[in-house]
Amino acid sequence: MSTLVPENENQAIEIVKDAKARRQPLAIEGGGTRAGLGRPMQTAAILSTQALSGIIFHEPAEMVIRARAGTPLAQVEAALASKGQVLPFEPMDHRGIFGSEAEPTIGAVAACNISGPRRIRNGAARDSLIGVRFINSAGEAINSGGRVMKNVTGLDLVKLQCGAWGTLGLLTEVTFKVIPASETEGALVLEGLDDTTAIAAMSAALGSPFEVSGAAHEPGAPARTILRIEHFSSSVDYRLGELEKLLSKFGRPRRLDRQASQALWRNIRDAASLNEDRSKALWRISVAPSQAPQVITTLSDKGLTFEYFFDWGGGLIWLSLPASGDASAVQIRAALSGTSGHATLVRAPLELRQSVEVFQPQSIAMMKLIQGVKASMDSAGIFNPGRMYAGV
Amino acid sequence: MSSILFPKPDPGILARRDEIIAGLTRLLPSECLITSEDERRAFETDALTAYRRMPLAVALPRSTEEVSALLAFCAAEGVKVVPRGAGTSLAGGAIPQEDALVIAVTKLNKILDVNYPNRTVRVQAGVTNLSISESVMPDGFFYAPDPSSQLACTIAGNIGMNSGGAHCLKYGVTTNNVLGVRMVLMDGTIVDIGGDALEAPGYDLLGLIVGSEGQLGIVTEATLRILRMAEGARPVLFGFPSSESAGACVAAIIGAGIVPVAMEFMDKPAIAICEAFAKAGYPLDVEAMLIIEVEGSEIEMETQLARIIEIAGKHDVQVVKESRSAMETALIWKGRKSAFGATGRVADYICMDGTVPTGQLSHVLKRTGEIVESYGLRVANVFHAGDGNMHPLILYNVNDPAEQEQAEAAGMDILKLCVDVGGCLTGEHGVGIEKRDLMRHQFTEADLAQQMSVRAVFDKDWLLNPSKVFPLEGRNAA
Ligand SMILES: Cc1cc2nc3c(=O)[nH]c(=O)nc-3n(C[C@H](O)[C@H](O)[C@H](O)COP(=O)(O)OP(=O)(O)OC[C@H]3O[C@@H](n4cnc5c(N)ncnc54)[C@H](O)[C@@H]3O)c2cc1C
Repeated sequence: MSTLVPENENQAIEIVKDAKARRQPLAIEGGGTRAGLGRPMQTAAILSTQALSGIIFHEPAEMVIRARAGTPLAQVEAALASKGQVLPFEPMDHRGIFGSEAEPTIGAVAACNISGPRRIRNGAARDSLIGVRFINSAGEAINSGGRVMKNVTGLDLVKLQCGAWGTLGLLTEVTFKVIPASETEGALVLEGLDDTTAIAAMSAALGSPFEVSGAAHEPGAPARTILRIEHFSSSVDYRLGELEKLLSKFGRPRRLDRQASQALWRNIRDAASLNEDRSKALWRISVAPSQAPQVITTLSDKGLTFEYFFDWGGGLIWLSLPASGDASAVQIRAALSGTSGHATLVRAPLELRQSVEVFQPQSIAMMKLIQGVKASMDSAGIFNPGRMYAGV
Repeated sequence: MSSILFPKPDPGILARRDEIIAGLTRLLPSECLITSEDERRAFETDALTAYRRMPLAVALPRSTEEVSALLAFCAAEGVKVVPRGAGTSLAGGAIPQEDALVIAVTKLNKILDVNYPNRTVRVQAGVTNLSISESVMPDGFFYAPDPSSQLACTIAGNIGMNSGGAHCLKYGVTTNNVLGVRMVLMDGTIVDIGGDALEAPGYDLLGLIVGSEGQLGIVTEATLRILRMAEGARPVLFGFPSSESAGACVAAIIGAGIVPVAMEFMDKPAIAICEAFAKAGYPLDVEAMLIIEVEGSEIEMETQLARIIEIAGKHDVQVVKESRSAMETALIWKGRKSAFGATGRVADYICMDGTVPTGQLSHVLKRTGEIVESYGLRVANVFHAGDGNMHPLILYNVNDPAEQEQAEAAGMDILKLCVDVGGCLTGEHGVGIEKRDLMRHQFTEADLAQQMSVRAVFDKDWLLNPSKVFPLEGRNAA
């Protein structure tokens, strides 16, 4: 398959127009790190954002950065770090999951709404993405949002693009709100809690005034429930102390210093504990925290064997199991019925992704809206067709 | 006064008014349907009171199912619909038109569920913003977006406008705090989008709906995030000799890695107006004032305030006033939160809402003063300095049509300026009818056509709040 690498927006527009005229669907690619995520696509060529690269501006005092879509995430993070800032939502690095050595791009972070543990406190990528520029299938460059964080002018197409996995156009520029990096961080680790008790402990911590910025639980021997505080150093000490008191009925937690906390949360962010055997299927399940233990119990009761852990205070379940059959898709989604939870098959072999819906199937009414939105931006059906849903 | 145009009412609908009302009567009991001229008058306008239109009728449904029946009926009959919450929109977002049915959700005013472990509430869309916080406050929680109108405005309207508030620098605006909605589409279909999980599957339709100004459907229920209140909150008040030094101080605070919960700016005229009203102890001899609020424990607040005060010291600060008690805190905020009301006692005003990159604040303030002066009017500025969301209040006399026109023209010039320096037309009040005709200043034809074609997915016949947001001419481009 050929790879098209436009060096500027005009070239990208020409490529899109040409693809439309020839009805040749394009697979949009940033670094290619996450190429293995999604339904397999029938595309004629890869449209790469690699050469649409570079930071357009970073205004630390305005807490905003704009970059071209193909800019390596690492470059964005380094530029921010040089001014003591970070992306608020702590985007996860998928390379571990997929065993990829490619370079993740900031455009893909936007397109796939990639967040991490700090999402429970600071929102997802979608909450910090304040502007996009994209090319629709008519070959028009469209702006939505801008560079200011308060903006309600017109329909918010930024949100639509964020998490559309490239099915609604080619992002060429993205603008994110950023925040100061916290001075330091620390964590508490409670040991030996079962799932239900762990969720209760995390809910207590997240319902406290101490602005917990990470809450995860790893079952096992011993199970670990981990809570993070990021702040000025005096506040971190104080808040960890208060949390210890608050959580005393759950046990006596161990404290982790900055370095240990950082290492641990990087692993949680990247679901590193489920990476040892990449032949296994990996599910990402979003659910209300209080329902998470029940989902796990239901799956165990059905006799499934799997490994898992909770992030987001229980609102996110990472679950890995053998990639045989349907990778338990039917059972996992059945366990979620009656909740507003949903499951995404993040990692699975190609054949499996051909037969199992990767993204949560939608109701007929919702599907109609999704198809309508797709047609309104990609009437030619040339951007990542079928990656999320058949015909979309 | 009539510089903003309304489309001509559809004579076919007006002629069929009796028949349409008869149809509505079959769907709703009489106490939920307002048809008399006297009673309809209460719904003629919103907080953009210079404009008013008498609606065809007003429906006050009590359930999602009733909303569904109403919309299905209107779709079949080709009747336009204007969704309405409390009618506090400053942009004319809820102003009716003669050939439209107003559907107001104010009877849908129950809090359905509070879930502390998940930190969510589920509410009917007509509950007021403040009542949500009030219901969870005894347990130490709150709903973060806090528009100054929070006593009156509804969650439905907040979702319609993606409303903000003084504390959104830290906590975000409505779109960052809504997890799900139940919404009725124009054909009557009921959809649940999102829910009590942090993320919804598929496209982020929720993000599209928030801020869509009643053009995509009628929201009847919402699931919202609630947060635990900080241990304490304390504002400090600074007086500066110029808005430049105040602006530089804001930038320096952020540069030092501190993001306060709120950073509110007032200029000299605004200080005078608010002080006269609230007796908050604002300094009257400074050119600019900042209210900066921090949160945390006693010690944390003290440490943070000390750092902030130190920074302010490097920016020519003239007056530093730390709140010493809950009462002082309440007073300081009372002055700020009543800014619009207090201004209303002095003169009629129109409130602009553009956002600018914070680096441009001083420049835009200066130009705003010059613009308003060139129209022979006065302006007071109150705004959210941390995020650049300006609120110039242009003072005029509503009974003087010429002056009103001048005021509007000045407002439009200011909004164009906001766009020209890299900002936008509206940071939290919405486009409504007020800024509709400026949309082409911010967006290209292609941008607007793209938005309109997305809109059409939800409402292909343009029946929902059709005269808002998009310029009236050139719509068939979509
Ligand atoms: C004194 C004053 C102070 C204010 N302060 C602030 C402030 O600090 N921050 C801020 O952001 N705003 C502020 N506002 C503006 C206004 O209060 C907000 O826009 C508010 O969200 C409107 O809510 P409402 O219930 O009055 O809605 P309405 O004015 O009735 O409607 C607002 C919009 O939402 C749509 N809508 C209403 N109900 C629904 C529904 N069920 N489904 C779909 N769409 C619907 C309407 O069609 C309309 O477009 C202020 C207004 C006043 C008068």
